[in-house]
Amino acid sequence: MTAPALTVSDLSVRFPTGQRASRGAGSAVHAATDVSFALRPGRVLALVGESGCGKSVLAAALLRLLPADAVVTGRALLSTDGPAVDLLTAPGRVLRRTVRGRRVALVPQSAATALTPVRTVRAQLEETVGELTPGVDRRQRADELAIRVGLAPADLDRHPHELSGGMAQRVVTALALAGDPEVVLADEPTAGLDRPLVDRTLRLLREVADAGCAVLLITHDLGALQRSPGLVDDLAVMYASRLVETGPAGAVLAAPAHDYTRALLGALPAGGLVPIPGSPPALTDLPPGCAWHARRPDSGPCDGGGTVHVDGLRATRCRPPGGAPC
Amino acid sequence: MLTLTGVDAGYEPGRPVLRGVDLRVAPGEVVGLSGPSGTGKTTLARVAALLLAPQRGTVEIDGVGASGVRYARDPRLRTAVGMVFQSPRRSVDARLRLRDVIAEPLRLRGLATAARAGATARTERVAELAGRVGLTADLLDRRPHEVSDGQLQRACLARSLASGPRYLVCDEMTAMLDASTTAALVGVVGAEVRAGRLGVLAISHDDALLDVWADRVVALGAAVAGPA
Repeated sequence: MTAPALTVSDLSVRFPTGQRASRGAGSAVHAATDVSFALRPGRVLALVGESGCGKSVLAAALLRLLPADAVVTGRALLSTDGPAVDLLTAPGRVLRRTVRGRRVALVPQSAATALTPVRTVRAQLEETVGELTPGVDRRQRADELAIRVGLAPADLDRHPHELSGGMAQRVVTALALAGDPEVVLADEPTAGLDRPLVDRTLRLLREVADAGCAVLLITHDLGALQRSPGLVDDLAVMYASRLVETGPAGAVLAAPAHDYTRALLGALPAGGLVPIPGSPPALTDLPPGCAWHARRPDSGPCDGGGTVHVDGLRATRCRPPGGAPC
Repeated sequence: MLTLTGVDAGYEPGRPVLRGVDLRVAPGEVVGLSGPSGTGKTTLARVAALLLAPQRGTVEIDGVGASGVRYARDPRLRTAVGMVFQSPRRSVDARLRLRDVIAEPLRLRGLATAARAGATARTERVAELAGRVGLTADLLDRRPHEVSDGQLQRACLARSLASGPRYLVCDEMTAMLDASTTAALVGVVGAEVRAGRLGVLAISHDDALLDVWADRVVALGAAVAGPA
Protein backbone atom coordinates (compact mmCIF):
# COMPACT_ATOMS: atom_id res chain seq x y z
CA MET A 1 0.00 0.00 0.00
CA THR A 2 1.23 3.50 -0.83
CA ALA A 3 2.37 5.90 1.85
CA PRO A 4 -0.42 8.05 3.28
CA ALA A 5 -0.95 11.54 1.91
CA LEU A 6 -2.67 12.63 5.11
CA THR A 7 -2.39 10.91 8.47
CA VAL A 8 -4.90 11.94 11.11
CA SER A 9 -4.20 10.77 14.64
CA ASP A 10 -6.28 11.22 17.78
CA LEU A 11 -8.17 14.18 16.40
CA SER A 12 -10.67 15.57 18.90
CA VAL A 13 -12.92 18.61 18.53
CA ARG A 14 -14.78 20.25 21.43
CA PHE A 15 -17.12 23.23 21.38
CA PRO A 16 -17.59 24.89 24.75
CA THR A 17 -21.30 25.47 25.34
CA GLY A 18 -20.86 28.43 27.66
CA GLN A 19 -23.16 29.16 30.54
CA ARG A 20 -26.45 27.81 29.33
CA ALA A 21 -27.94 26.41 32.52
CA SER A 22 -30.05 23.82 30.72
CA ARG A 23 -26.95 22.16 29.35
CA GLY A 24 -24.72 22.62 32.38
CA ALA A 25 -22.16 25.34 32.77
CA GLY A 26 -18.73 24.54 31.38
CA SER A 27 -19.88 21.52 29.42
CA ALA A 28 -18.78 20.96 25.84
CA VAL A 29 -20.10 19.47 22.63
CA HIS A 30 -17.95 16.43 21.85
CA ALA A 31 -18.01 16.76 18.07
CA ALA A 32 -15.10 14.40 17.36
CA THR A 33 -13.22 12.17 19.75
CA ASP A 34 -9.90 10.38 19.16
CA VAL A 35 -10.41 10.02 15.42
CA SER A 36 -7.55 8.37 13.54
CA PHE A 37 -7.36 7.45 9.87
CA ALA A 38 -5.07 7.75 6.86
CA LEU A 39 -5.84 8.96 3.34
CA ARG A 40 -3.72 7.38 0.62
CA PRO A 41 -3.14 8.50 -2.97
CA GLY A 42 -5.44 6.69 -5.39
CA ARG A 43 -7.85 5.58 -2.66
CA VAL A 44 -11.28 6.76 -1.53
CA LEU A 45 -12.08 6.55 2.17
CA ALA A 46 -15.80 6.86 2.90
CA LEU A 47 -16.76 8.21 6.31
CA VAL A 48 -20.35 7.23 7.09
CA GLY A 49 -22.68 7.80 10.01
CA GLU A 50 -26.06 9.22 10.95
CA SER A 51 -26.80 12.95 10.77
CA GLY A 52 -25.26 14.77 13.69
CA CYS A 53 -22.52 12.25 14.52
CA GLY A 54 -19.74 14.76 13.80
CA LYS A 55 -18.75 13.86 10.23
CA SER A 56 -18.79 17.32 8.72
CA VAL A 57 -16.94 18.82 11.69
CA LEU A 58 -14.00 16.58 10.78
CA ALA A 59 -13.64 18.07 7.30
CA ALA A 60 -13.91 21.60 8.66
CA ALA A 61 -11.33 20.80 11.37
CA LEU A 62 -8.84 19.51 8.79
CA LEU A 63 -9.12 22.75 6.81
CA ARG A 64 -9.21 24.83 10.00
CA LEU A 65 -12.54 26.34 9.04
CA LEU A 66 -14.15 25.81 12.45
CA PRO A 67 -15.35 28.74 14.57
CA ALA A 68 -12.63 30.26 16.73
CA ASP A 69 -14.00 28.80 19.96
CA ALA A 70 -13.51 25.20 18.82
CA VAL A 71 -10.85 23.32 20.77
CA VAL A 72 -8.99 20.97 18.43
CA THR A 73 -6.37 18.48 19.58
CA GLY A 74 -4.44 15.72 17.83
CA ARG A 75 -2.38 15.66 14.65
CA ALA A 76 -3.17 15.74 10.93
CA LEU A 77 0.09 15.32 9.09
CA LEU A 78 0.10 16.21 5.41
CA SER A 79 3.08 14.38 3.93
CA THR A 80 2.68 14.64 0.19
CA ASP A 81 5.16 16.43 -2.11
CA GLY A 82 6.41 19.52 -0.42
CA PRO A 83 7.17 20.12 3.22
CA ALA A 84 5.29 18.06 5.80
CA VAL A 85 2.65 20.17 7.49
CA ASP A 86 0.50 19.51 10.55
CA LEU A 87 -2.83 20.95 9.43
CA LEU A 88 -3.96 21.46 13.01
CA THR A 89 -1.03 23.61 14.12
CA ALA A 90 0.34 25.26 10.96
CA PRO A 91 0.16 29.07 10.94
CA GLY A 92 -2.83 30.52 9.13
CA ARG A 93 -0.54 32.10 6.57
CA VAL A 94 0.94 28.74 5.57
CA LEU A 95 -2.55 27.26 5.23
CA ARG A 96 -3.75 30.15 3.11
CA ARG A 97 -0.75 30.34 0.83
CA THR A 98 0.28 26.74 0.40
CA VAL A 99 -2.39 24.33 1.63
CA ARG A 100 -6.03 25.25 1.07
CA GLY A 101 -7.02 24.61 -2.53
CA ARG A 102 -3.42 23.77 -3.48
CA ARG A 103 -2.67 20.64 -1.48
CA VAL A 104 -6.00 19.99 0.27
CA ALA A 105 -9.26 20.93 -1.46
CA LEU A 106 -12.88 20.84 -0.35
CA VAL A 107 -15.92 19.76 -2.36
CA PRO A 108 -18.67 21.47 -0.39
CA GLN A 109 -21.99 20.04 0.69
CA SER A 110 -24.38 22.10 -1.37
CA ALA A 111 -23.11 22.88 -4.84
CA ALA A 112 -25.89 25.36 -5.58
CA THR A 113 -25.13 27.54 -2.57
CA ALA A 114 -21.34 27.34 -2.97
CA LEU A 115 -21.50 29.25 -6.27
CA THR A 116 -22.27 32.93 -6.51
CA PRO A 117 -25.49 33.37 -8.51
CA VAL A 118 -24.47 36.64 -10.19
CA ARG A 119 -21.49 35.48 -12.24
CA THR A 120 -21.03 32.76 -14.84
CA VAL A 121 -19.36 29.63 -13.58
CA ARG A 122 -16.53 30.30 -16.04
CA ALA A 123 -15.77 33.59 -14.31
CA GLN A 124 -15.67 31.80 -10.98
CA LEU A 125 -13.54 28.93 -12.23
CA GLU A 126 -11.09 31.20 -14.08
CA GLU A 127 -10.72 33.40 -11.01
CA THR A 128 -9.82 30.34 -8.94
CA VAL A 129 -7.39 29.11 -11.60
CA GLY A 130 -5.70 32.52 -11.74
CA GLU A 131 -5.39 32.66 -7.97
CA LEU A 132 -4.04 29.14 -7.50
CA THR A 133 -1.88 28.76 -10.62
CA PRO A 134 -0.73 32.20 -11.78
CA GLY A 135 0.78 32.34 -15.24
CA VAL A 136 -1.26 29.65 -16.95
CA ASP A 137 -3.82 30.38 -19.67
CA ARG A 138 -6.93 30.69 -17.52
CA ARG A 139 -9.40 30.01 -20.27
CA GLN A 140 -7.62 26.94 -21.52
CA ARG A 141 -7.10 25.57 -18.00
CA ALA A 142 -10.80 26.13 -17.15
CA ASP A 143 -11.81 24.24 -20.29
CA GLU A 144 -9.50 21.37 -19.34
CA LEU A 145 -10.99 21.20 -15.86
CA ALA A 146 -14.53 21.24 -17.29
CA ILE A 147 -13.72 18.33 -19.57
CA ARG A 148 -12.07 16.46 -16.73
CA VAL A 149 -15.29 16.55 -14.66
CA GLY A 150 -17.51 15.75 -17.63
CA LEU A 151 -18.80 19.19 -18.61
CA ALA A 152 -18.69 20.73 -22.06
CA PRO A 153 -16.59 23.94 -22.06
CA ALA A 154 -19.68 25.80 -23.33
CA ASP A 155 -21.51 24.88 -20.10
CA LEU A 156 -19.11 27.14 -18.21
CA ASP A 157 -20.64 30.22 -19.83
CA ARG A 158 -23.87 29.73 -17.92
CA HIS A 159 -24.96 31.14 -14.60
CA PRO A 160 -25.52 28.73 -11.71
CA HIS A 161 -29.33 28.85 -11.98
CA GLU A 162 -29.06 27.59 -15.56
CA LEU A 163 -27.30 24.41 -14.43
CA SER A 164 -28.92 21.19 -13.23
CA GLY A 165 -28.00 19.89 -9.78
CA GLY A 166 -25.60 17.40 -11.30
CA MET A 167 -23.85 20.03 -13.42
CA ALA A 168 -23.46 22.35 -10.42
CA GLN A 169 -21.91 19.43 -8.54
CA ARG A 170 -19.41 19.01 -11.39
CA VAL A 171 -18.55 22.70 -11.33
CA VAL A 172 -17.69 22.67 -7.61
CA THR A 173 -15.62 19.54 -8.19
CA ALA A 174 -13.76 21.35 -10.98
CA LEU A 175 -13.17 24.26 -8.58
CA ALA A 176 -11.70 21.81 -6.05
CA LEU A 177 -9.40 20.34 -8.72
CA ALA A 178 -8.21 23.74 -10.00
CA GLY A 179 -5.19 23.84 -7.71
CA ASP A 180 -4.22 20.25 -8.51
CA PRO A 181 -4.57 19.13 -4.88
CA GLU A 182 -3.21 15.88 -3.50
CA VAL A 183 -6.03 15.49 -0.99
CA VAL A 184 -9.73 16.09 -1.75
CA LEU A 185 -12.25 16.30 1.09
CA ALA A 186 -15.83 15.85 -0.16
CA ASP A 187 -18.39 16.83 2.48
CA GLU A 188 -21.76 15.19 1.70
CA PRO A 189 -21.39 15.89 -2.05
CA THR A 190 -24.46 13.75 -2.76
CA ALA A 191 -26.89 15.19 -0.20
CA GLY A 192 -30.23 16.05 -1.77
CA LEU A 193 -29.36 14.62 -5.20
CA ASP A 194 -31.51 11.94 -6.78
CA ARG A 195 -30.15 8.48 -7.29
CA PRO A 196 -28.62 8.71 -10.81
CA LEU A 197 -26.84 11.92 -9.78
CA VAL A 198 -25.58 10.33 -6.56
CA ASP A 199 -24.07 7.48 -8.54
CA ARG A 200 -22.52 9.85 -11.08
CA THR A 201 -21.00 12.02 -8.36
CA LEU A 202 -19.46 8.96 -6.70
CA ARG A 203 -18.02 7.81 -10.03
CA LEU A 204 -16.55 11.28 -10.54
CA LEU A 205 -14.80 11.11 -7.15
CA ARG A 206 -13.53 7.64 -8.07
CA GLU A 207 -11.98 9.14 -11.22
CA VAL A 208 -10.39 11.88 -9.13
CA ALA A 209 -8.80 9.19 -6.94
CA ASP A 210 -7.73 7.14 -9.93
CA ALA A 211 -5.87 10.22 -11.18
CA GLY A 212 -3.78 10.08 -8.00
CA CYS A 213 -5.66 12.08 -5.36
CA ALA A 214 -6.38 10.85 -1.87
CA VAL A 215 -10.14 11.29 -1.36
CA LEU A 216 -12.21 11.51 1.81
CA LEU A 217 -15.92 11.06 1.05
CA ILE A 218 -18.18 12.10 3.90
CA THR A 219 -21.70 10.75 3.45
CA HIS A 220 -24.74 9.44 5.25
CA ASP A 221 -25.77 7.45 2.19
CA LEU A 222 -24.59 3.95 3.01
CA GLY A 223 -27.05 2.59 0.45
CA ALA A 224 -25.22 4.32 -2.41
CA LEU A 225 -21.92 2.75 -1.32
CA GLN A 226 -23.55 -0.64 -1.07
CA ARG A 227 -25.01 -0.58 -4.56
CA SER A 228 -21.80 0.69 -6.17
CA PRO A 229 -19.13 -1.73 -4.99
CA GLY A 230 -15.61 -0.74 -5.94
CA LEU A 231 -16.21 3.01 -5.95
CA VAL A 232 -14.82 3.38 -2.44
CA ASP A 233 -11.84 1.47 -1.10
CA ASP A 234 -12.05 1.98 2.63
CA LEU A 235 -14.86 2.62 5.05
CA ALA A 236 -14.92 4.31 8.44
CA VAL A 237 -18.14 4.26 10.48
CA MET A 238 -18.70 7.10 12.92
CA TYR A 239 -21.10 7.09 15.84
CA ALA A 240 -21.47 9.78 18.47
CA SER A 241 -18.17 11.50 17.61
CA ARG A 242 -16.04 8.32 17.47
CA LEU A 243 -14.99 5.98 14.69
CA VAL A 244 -16.47 2.66 15.75
CA GLU A 245 -15.29 0.56 12.83
CA THR A 246 -12.78 0.92 10.00
CA GLY A 247 -11.65 -1.39 7.23
CA PRO A 248 -11.79 -2.20 3.53
CA ALA A 249 -15.26 -1.21 2.27
CA GLY A 250 -16.15 -4.58 0.81
CA ALA A 251 -15.20 -6.47 3.95
CA VAL A 252 -16.99 -4.08 6.32
CA LEU A 253 -20.19 -4.09 4.24
CA ALA A 254 -20.15 -7.88 3.82
CA ALA A 255 -19.36 -8.72 7.43
CA PRO A 256 -19.66 -5.77 9.81
CA ALA A 257 -17.86 -6.30 13.09
CA HIS A 258 -19.46 -3.56 15.18
CA ASP A 259 -23.08 -3.93 16.19
CA TYR A 260 -23.78 -0.33 15.12
CA THR A 261 -22.59 -1.01 11.56
CA ARG A 262 -24.91 -4.02 11.47
CA ALA A 263 -27.81 -1.82 12.65
CA LEU A 264 -27.07 0.82 9.99
CA LEU A 265 -27.04 -1.80 7.23
CA GLY A 266 -30.27 -3.30 8.59
CA ALA A 267 -31.97 0.10 8.33
CA LEU A 268 -31.42 0.18 4.55
CA PRO A 269 -34.22 -1.00 2.26
CA ALA A 270 -31.99 -3.90 1.20
CA GLY A 271 -31.47 -4.79 4.86
CA GLY A 272 -35.20 -4.82 5.60
CA LEU A 273 -35.80 -1.22 6.78
CA VAL A 274 -35.40 -2.18 10.43
CA PRO A 275 -35.46 1.06 12.44
CA ILE A 276 -32.70 1.59 14.99
CA PRO A 277 -34.44 1.97 18.36
CA GLY A 278 -33.85 5.14 20.32
CA SER A 279 -32.07 8.13 18.88
CA PRO A 280 -28.42 9.17 18.70
CA PRO A 281 -27.18 10.67 21.97
CA ALA A 282 -26.73 14.41 22.36
CA LEU A 283 -23.04 15.12 21.87
CA THR A 284 -23.03 17.22 25.04
CA ASP A 285 -23.96 14.30 27.19
CA LEU A 286 -22.11 11.20 26.08
CA PRO A 287 -22.23 8.21 28.41
CA PRO A 288 -18.94 7.04 29.90
CA GLY A 289 -18.99 3.67 28.14
CA CYS A 290 -19.63 2.78 24.52
CA ALA A 291 -22.30 5.25 23.37
CA TRP A 292 -23.89 2.62 21.15
CA HIS A 293 -24.29 0.15 23.99
CA ALA A 294 -25.87 2.82 26.13
CA ARG A 295 -28.53 3.10 23.40
CA ARG A 296 -28.83 -0.64 22.85
CA PRO A 297 -28.02 -2.33 26.16
CA ASP A 298 -29.38 -5.62 24.85
CA SER A 299 -26.97 -5.80 21.91
CA GLY A 300 -24.06 -8.15 22.14
CA PRO A 301 -20.56 -6.97 22.97
CA CYS A 302 -18.51 -5.70 20.05
CA ASP A 303 -15.77 -8.26 20.36
CA GLY A 304 -14.63 -6.99 23.74
CA GLY A 305 -13.47 -3.54 24.72
CA GLY A 306 -10.80 -1.18 23.56
CA THR A 307 -9.54 -1.06 20.02
CA VAL A 308 -9.92 -4.46 18.48
CA HIS A 309 -8.11 -5.40 15.33
CA VAL A 310 -10.30 -7.91 13.60
CA ASP A 311 -7.45 -8.65 11.24
CA GLY A 312 -4.46 -6.70 10.05
CA LEU A 313 -6.52 -3.99 8.34
CA ARG A 314 -9.79 -3.82 10.20
CA ALA A 315 -10.51 -2.37 13.59
CA THR A 316 -13.52 -1.84 15.81
CA ARG A 317 -13.68 0.36 18.83
CA CYS A 318 -15.97 -0.25 21.71
CA ARG A 319 -15.66 0.68 25.32
CA PRO A 320 -17.48 -1.57 27.76
CA PRO A 321 -20.15 0.35 29.72
CA GLY A 322 -18.49 2.02 32.67
CA GLY A 323 -15.08 0.86 31.52
CA ALA A 324 -11.98 2.96 31.19
CA PRO A 325 -11.61 4.97 27.99
CA CYS A 326 -9.55 3.15 25.44
CA MET B 1 -61.09 4.27 -1.02
CA LEU B 2 -59.21 7.23 -2.46
CA THR B 3 -59.94 7.17 -6.17
CA LEU B 4 -58.54 9.29 -8.99
CA THR B 5 -60.34 8.79 -12.29
CA GLY B 6 -59.16 10.12 -15.64
CA VAL B 7 -57.19 12.93 -14.06
CA ASP B 8 -55.40 15.55 -16.16
CA ALA B 9 -53.45 18.00 -14.03
CA GLY B 10 -50.93 20.76 -14.49
CA TYR B 11 -50.21 24.39 -13.83
CA GLU B 12 -51.17 26.05 -17.11
CA PRO B 13 -54.51 25.68 -18.90
CA GLY B 14 -54.20 23.35 -21.85
CA ARG B 15 -50.75 22.10 -20.85
CA PRO B 16 -51.35 19.23 -18.43
CA VAL B 17 -48.34 17.57 -16.81
CA LEU B 18 -50.39 14.44 -16.22
CA ARG B 19 -52.94 12.94 -18.59
CA GLY B 20 -55.66 10.39 -17.90
CA VAL B 21 -54.36 9.10 -14.60
CA ASP B 22 -56.38 6.43 -12.78
CA LEU B 23 -55.28 5.50 -9.28
CA ARG B 24 -56.88 3.80 -6.28
CA VAL B 25 -55.64 3.62 -2.70
CA ALA B 26 -57.61 1.45 -0.26
CA PRO B 27 -57.55 1.86 3.54
CA GLY B 28 -54.86 -0.35 5.07
CA GLU B 29 -52.86 -0.36 1.84
CA VAL B 30 -49.56 1.27 0.85
CA VAL B 31 -49.44 2.11 -2.85
CA GLY B 32 -46.03 3.09 -4.14
CA LEU B 33 -45.67 5.61 -6.94
CA SER B 34 -42.33 5.59 -8.73
CA GLY B 35 -40.87 7.31 -11.75
CA PRO B 36 -37.93 9.47 -12.74
CA SER B 37 -37.72 13.20 -11.95
CA GLY B 38 -40.10 15.33 -13.97
CA THR B 39 -42.82 12.77 -14.66
CA GLY B 40 -45.38 14.52 -12.47
CA LYS B 41 -45.19 12.53 -9.24
CA THR B 42 -45.51 15.61 -7.05
CA THR B 43 -48.32 17.02 -9.19
CA LEU B 44 -50.22 13.76 -8.69
CA ALA B 45 -49.51 13.94 -4.95
CA ARG B 46 -50.99 17.43 -4.77
CA VAL B 47 -54.12 16.34 -6.63
CA ALA B 48 -54.58 13.33 -4.33
CA ALA B 49 -54.07 15.51 -1.23
CA LEU B 50 -56.71 18.00 -2.44
CA LEU B 51 -54.15 20.77 -2.82
CA LEU B 52 -54.45 21.08 -6.61
CA ALA B 53 -57.64 20.89 -8.65
CA PRO B 54 -57.42 18.51 -11.61
CA GLN B 55 -57.97 20.07 -15.02
CA ARG B 56 -60.09 17.07 -15.96
CA GLY B 57 -61.32 13.94 -14.23
CA THR B 58 -62.43 13.38 -10.64
CA VAL B 59 -61.07 12.71 -7.16
CA GLU B 60 -63.35 10.77 -4.83
CA ILE B 61 -62.72 9.90 -1.19
CA ASP B 62 -64.80 7.20 0.51
CA GLY B 63 -67.67 7.91 -1.84
CA VAL B 64 -67.58 11.71 -1.55
CA GLY B 65 -66.58 13.57 -4.68
CA ALA B 66 -63.98 16.28 -4.04
CA SER B 67 -65.57 19.46 -5.32
CA GLY B 68 -62.98 22.00 -4.10
CA VAL B 69 -59.35 22.02 -3.07
CA ARG B 70 -57.30 23.72 -0.34
CA TYR B 71 -59.55 26.03 1.72
CA ALA B 72 -62.56 25.30 -0.46
CA ARG B 73 -62.61 21.60 0.35
CA ASP B 74 -65.90 19.87 1.07
CA PRO B 75 -66.24 20.08 4.89
CA ARG B 76 -66.61 16.29 5.01
CA LEU B 77 -63.16 15.94 3.41
CA ARG B 78 -61.33 18.65 5.33
CA THR B 79 -59.23 16.22 7.35
CA ALA B 80 -59.54 13.20 5.07
CA VAL B 81 -56.08 13.38 3.48
CA GLY B 82 -52.79 14.32 5.11
CA MET B 83 -49.54 15.06 3.35
CA VAL B 84 -45.86 14.84 4.26
CA PHE B 85 -43.55 16.89 2.06
CA GLN B 86 -40.00 16.22 0.89
CA SER B 87 -38.31 19.08 2.70
CA PRO B 88 -39.36 19.41 6.34
CA ARG B 89 -37.56 22.72 6.59
CA ARG B 90 -39.56 24.30 3.81
CA SER B 91 -42.86 23.01 5.16
CA VAL B 92 -42.82 24.35 8.71
CA ASP B 93 -43.14 27.84 10.13
CA ALA B 94 -39.61 28.56 11.37
CA ARG B 95 -40.97 30.55 14.33
CA LEU B 96 -42.92 27.70 15.89
CA ARG B 97 -41.64 25.30 18.51
CA LEU B 98 -42.02 21.66 17.47
CA ARG B 99 -44.98 21.19 19.83
CA ASP B 100 -46.78 24.04 18.04
CA VAL B 101 -45.85 22.64 14.64
CA ILE B 102 -47.57 19.40 15.62
CA ALA B 103 -50.53 21.24 17.17
CA GLU B 104 -51.15 23.50 14.17
CA PRO B 105 -53.95 21.40 12.61
CA LEU B 106 -55.53 20.88 16.05
CA ARG B 107 -55.46 24.60 16.66
CA LEU B 108 -57.09 25.34 13.30
CA ARG B 109 -59.79 22.79 13.91
CA GLY B 110 -60.27 23.95 17.50
CA LEU B 111 -61.04 27.55 16.53
CA ALA B 112 -64.70 26.65 16.28
CA THR B 113 -64.84 25.02 19.73
CA ALA B 114 -64.29 26.34 23.26
CA ALA B 115 -60.71 27.58 23.45
CA ARG B 116 -59.86 26.69 27.06
CA ALA B 117 -61.15 23.14 27.02
CA GLY B 118 -59.28 22.66 23.78
CA ALA B 119 -55.87 23.61 25.18
CA THR B 120 -55.54 20.70 27.64
CA ALA B 121 -56.78 18.18 25.15
CA ARG B 122 -54.35 19.57 22.62
CA THR B 123 -51.36 19.21 24.97
CA GLU B 124 -52.24 15.58 25.61
CA ARG B 125 -52.76 14.90 21.93
CA VAL B 126 -49.40 16.46 21.02
CA ALA B 127 -47.63 14.32 23.65
CA GLU B 128 -49.31 11.21 22.30
CA LEU B 129 -48.39 12.04 18.68
CA ALA B 130 -44.80 12.90 19.62
CA GLY B 131 -44.46 9.55 21.34
CA ARG B 132 -45.79 7.78 18.26
CA VAL B 133 -43.17 9.34 15.96
CA GLY B 134 -40.34 9.01 18.49
CA LEU B 135 -39.78 12.64 19.50
CA THR B 136 -38.63 13.12 23.08
CA ALA B 137 -40.13 15.82 25.31
CA ASP B 138 -37.03 18.05 25.28
CA LEU B 139 -37.18 18.31 21.49
CA LEU B 140 -40.75 19.61 21.57
CA ASP B 141 -39.60 22.91 23.05
CA ARG B 142 -37.04 23.54 20.31
CA ARG B 143 -37.53 25.54 17.15
CA PRO B 144 -36.81 24.10 13.69
CA HIS B 145 -33.24 25.48 13.45
CA GLU B 146 -32.34 23.65 16.68
CA VAL B 147 -33.18 20.16 15.39
CA SER B 148 -31.93 17.93 12.58
CA ASP B 149 -33.81 17.29 9.33
CA GLY B 150 -34.77 13.87 10.63
CA GLN B 151 -36.19 15.21 13.87
CA LEU B 152 -38.07 17.91 11.99
CA GLN B 153 -39.54 15.39 9.55
CA ARG B 154 -40.73 13.34 12.54
CA ALA B 155 -42.60 16.46 13.71
CA CYS B 156 -44.06 16.95 10.21
CA LEU B 157 -45.30 13.36 10.19
CA ALA B 158 -46.89 13.89 13.62
CA ARG B 159 -48.52 17.07 12.28
CA SER B 160 -49.99 15.21 9.33
CA LEU B 161 -51.39 12.52 11.64
CA ALA B 162 -52.76 15.06 14.14
CA SER B 163 -56.13 15.53 12.52
CA GLY B 164 -56.62 11.80 12.07
CA PRO B 165 -56.54 11.53 8.27
CA ARG B 166 -57.89 8.44 6.53
CA TYR B 167 -55.30 8.73 3.77
CA LEU B 168 -51.73 9.95 3.82
CA VAL B 169 -49.69 11.15 0.84
CA CYS B 170 -45.93 10.88 1.46
CA ASP B 171 -44.12 12.84 -1.27
CA GLU B 172 -40.45 11.79 -1.11
CA MET B 173 -40.86 11.85 2.67
CA THR B 174 -37.45 10.26 3.26
CA ALA B 175 -35.38 11.68 0.37
CA MET B 176 -33.40 14.03 2.61
CA LEU B 177 -32.99 11.65 5.54
CA ASP B 178 -30.38 9.09 6.52
CA ALA B 179 -31.11 5.38 6.48
CA SER B 180 -31.97 4.91 10.13
CA THR B 181 -34.43 7.84 10.22
CA THR B 182 -35.97 6.60 6.97
CA ALA B 183 -36.52 3.19 8.51
CA ALA B 184 -38.00 4.76 11.64
CA LEU B 185 -40.51 6.96 9.77
CA VAL B 186 -41.54 4.17 7.42
CA GLY B 187 -42.08 2.07 10.55
CA VAL B 188 -44.36 4.72 12.10
CA VAL B 189 -46.47 4.98 8.94
CA GLY B 190 -46.55 1.18 8.69
CA ALA B 191 -47.95 0.87 12.22
CA GLU B 192 -50.80 3.24 11.34
CA VAL B 193 -51.53 1.23 8.20
CA ARG B 194 -51.55 -2.09 10.04
CA ALA B 195 -53.93 -0.65 12.62
CA GLY B 196 -56.28 -0.16 9.65
CA ARG B 197 -56.34 3.57 10.21
CA LEU B 198 -54.67 4.68 7.03
CA GLY B 199 -54.26 4.20 3.32
CA VAL B 200 -50.95 5.52 2.01
CA LEU B 201 -49.72 6.85 -1.32
CA ALA B 202 -45.92 6.62 -1.03
CA ILE B 203 -44.04 8.56 -3.68
CA SER B 204 -40.34 7.93 -4.17
CA HIS B 205 -37.71 7.65 -6.85
CA ASP B 206 -36.05 4.98 -4.69
CA ASP B 207 -37.35 1.70 -6.11
CA ALA B 208 -35.53 -0.34 -3.48
CA LEU B 209 -37.39 1.55 -0.76
CA LEU B 210 -40.80 1.09 -2.43
CA ASP B 211 -40.14 -2.62 -2.95
CA VAL B 212 -39.95 -3.03 0.81
CA TRP B 213 -42.48 -0.40 1.87
CA ALA B 214 -45.36 -0.65 -0.61
CA ASP B 215 -47.92 -3.40 -1.12
CA ARG B 216 -47.93 -2.58 -4.83
CA VAL B 217 -46.00 -0.09 -6.95
CA VAL B 218 -47.36 1.99 -9.81
CA ALA B 219 -44.81 3.44 -12.23
CA LEU B 220 -45.73 6.90 -13.44
CA GLY B 221 -44.84 7.63 -17.04
CA ALA B 222 -45.85 4.09 -18.03
CA ALA B 223 -48.93 2.49 -16.52
CA VAL B 224 -50.74 5.50 -15.10
CA ALA B 225 -50.23 8.33 -17.49
CA GLY B 226 -52.15 7.64 -20.66
CA PRO B 227 -51.21 8.73 -24.17
CA ALA B 228 -51.49 12.37 -25.02
